Amino acid sequence: MDTDLPATRIRAKQRLGDVLFSGAALAAGILILVALAAVTIFLVAQALPAFTADPADVSKDGRGFWSFVIPLVFGTIWAAALALLFALPLSIGIALFISHYAPRRVALTLGYIVDLLAAVPSVVFGLWGITVLAPAMQPLYSGLVDSLGWIPFFAGPVSGTGRTVLTVAIVLAVMILPIITALSREVFLQTPRLHEEAALALGATRWEMIRMAVLPFGRPGLISATMLGLGRALGETMAVAMVLSPSVIISFALLTSQNPTTIAANIALNFPEASGIGVNVLIATGLILFLITLVVNSLARFIINRRKDFSGAN
Amino acid sequence: MSKRIEVRDLNVFYGSFQAVADVSLTIEPKTVTAFIGPSGCGKSTFLRTLNRMHEVIPGARVEGEVLIDGENLYAPNTDPVEVRRQVGMVFQRPNPFPTMSIRDNVLAGVKLNNKKLSKSESDELVKRSLQGANLWKEVKDRLDKPGSGLSGGQQQRLCIARAIAVAPDVLLMDEPCSALDPISTLAIEDLIDELKNDYTIVIVTHNMQQASRVSDKTAFFNIDGTGLPGRLIEYGDTTTIFERPTVQATEDYISGRFG
Repeated sequence: MDTDLPATRIRAKQRLGDVLFSGAALAAGILILVALAAVTIFLVAQALPAFTADPADVSKDGRGFWSFVIPLVFGTIWAAALALLFALPLSIGIALFISHYAPRRVALTLGYIVDLLAAVPSVVFGLWGITVLAPAMQPLYSGLVDSLGWIPFFAGPVSGTGRTVLTVAIVLAVMILPIITALSREVFLQTPRLHEEAALALGATRWEMIRMAVLPFGRPGLISATMLGLGRALGETMAVAMVLSPSVIISFALLTSQNPTTIAANIALNFPEASGIGVNVLIATGLILFLITLVVNSLARFIINRRKDFSGAN
Repeated sequence: MSKRIEVRDLNVFYGSFQAVADVSLTIEPKTVTAFIGPSGCGKSTFLRTLNRMHEVIPGARVEGEVLIDGENLYAPNTDPVEVRRQVGMVFQRPNPFPTMSIRDNVLAGVKLNNKKLSKSESDELVKRSLQGANLWKEVKDRLDKPGSGLSGGQQQRLCIARAIAVAPDVLLMDEPCSALDPISTLAIEDLIDELKNDYTIVIVTHNMQQASRVSDKTAFFNIDGTGLPGRLIEYGDTTTIFERPTVQATEDYISGRFG
C-alpha cells in the first residue's frame, strides 16, 4: 500500500457566481463587525476622560461619575422592565389570538394594525403620553396613592401632572408592543401542524395544545422578540425625555413627581448644553447603556442555548 | 379496554367539497382493521372522523353517526376533547414533542387528564408504556434526553407509547410506517400484533403487503374521479379481500393494475 499520499486535496470547481456571492456575503459580514468596532472605539475613547477626571468636574455635587451614572442605570432598567411587564403578556395574548383563535379575516386586519402601530414615530408616542395619557391617568394615580399608599410602589406624594415613571412605562409598553407581537405571531404560526395535532389527538383543549406544543416550540423566538422589545425600551429617548421631568434619584415609587430618568433621555436633554468634560461624561453613560444592552442580549442567548437540545431544531 | 366501532351513513366534507360518502361499517373489538385504497380516496379523512380530528381543519364537517360501544361520537353533547382521550392516534410522520424529554412525551397525555401521579406511579407508567411500545430497552438509560434525538422508527414507537399511556379504547394509525425503513416497519408491525390483545386498532396503509400481514379485516376505498367523494367499495376478512375479492375494482387495485 502506498503510504506516500499526494499532499494536494481535490478542490471544488470555482464558479464566478459563487465567488462573487460568497465575497459579497463576507463583505457584508465584515461590515457589521467594522461598524460595531467603530462605535465601540468611539465610545471607549471618548468616555475614558470621564473615568479619570477629577470628581468635582464630573458632576455638580462633586461625588464623581459613578454616583451620577448609577441612578441613571437604575432608571433605564426600571422603566424598561416595567414596560416589558405590561407589554409582554399583552403581546403574547394578541399574538396567540391572531395566530390561533381569530377567524382569518379578523387575524389579517389585526395583523395590519399591529404593523401600523410599529411604524408610529416615538415623538408621536411622546406627545400622546404628555397630552393624553398623563392627564387621563392622573385621577387614577391620586386614587392609588390614597387607597394603596402603604405599598412602597404607590407611595405619595402623588404627581399633579400625571407625568410619572408609570406613565413613561405605559408609553414604552405601547411602543414595544407591536414588535414583540409581530415577531411572536410569526413564531407561533411556525409551530408544525404535526405537533399541534399530536397534542389535540391526545385530548388537549385548544389552550392545552398551545401550552403543550405552541409555546414551548416558540420559546426561543419569544425570548428573541422580548429582547428586541427590551432593547428598544432601554434605548428609547424621545418619549421618555418628553414625558418625564427628570431627577437623578433611585426610587421605586411609581406615582410621584420625583422620577428617575433614563440614560438615553438624559443624554438627549443635556447634550446640547454640555461642554468640555460634560460631553465625555454623557458619552460614558452611553457606553454604560451599550454594556447593559450587551449583557441583556448575552443573557438571552445563554437562556436559549441552555435548552438547545429541546428546541426542536434538530 | 377495547371497544366496538359502528359507523352509520357517514359523509365527510371540507367546506362544500364532499371527501367521503355513505360509509357504513362495523369494527369488532380487539381486531386490526386496515384501510387501503389509492391516494386521495378519503381513507385518512375517514380515519380522522373516528376520533373527531377531522374537524380541527377549518371548514371541515361530518354527517352521520360513529358509535363506540353504542355511544355516538357526533351526538350534540359529546365533547371532542373527551373523544380524543378515548381514541388514540398515531400519525404518518413521527411527531414526538421536540421540547420534551422522552419521559415527558410518554406522560404528555396523562398530564392532560389532570391526574396527579406520584413519582413512582409515573415511573411505572413510563416503563409500562415504553415496554408496550417495544422501546423500553433502547431508551431506558436516556429518558431525560429529548425525544427528537431518536431514530425515526424509535420516534414512531415513542408516539405509540404516548398514545397507549392514556389507556385508550381504540388506537388509530394513519400510515404509521410510511416514513420508516423496512426494519423499523417490521418492529411496528410486530408491535401492532401485540397491541391487538388489548386494543381495537384501525390502520391506514398504502402498503398492501402490510395490510395482509397485520390486519384481520380490510376495507377498500376508491374514488370514481377527481372532485368526487371517496366510497367504501368492499369490506371483509383480509384473506377474502386479498384472495377472492367480489368487486372488480378491489381485484384491480390489489393486483397492482392501478393506484
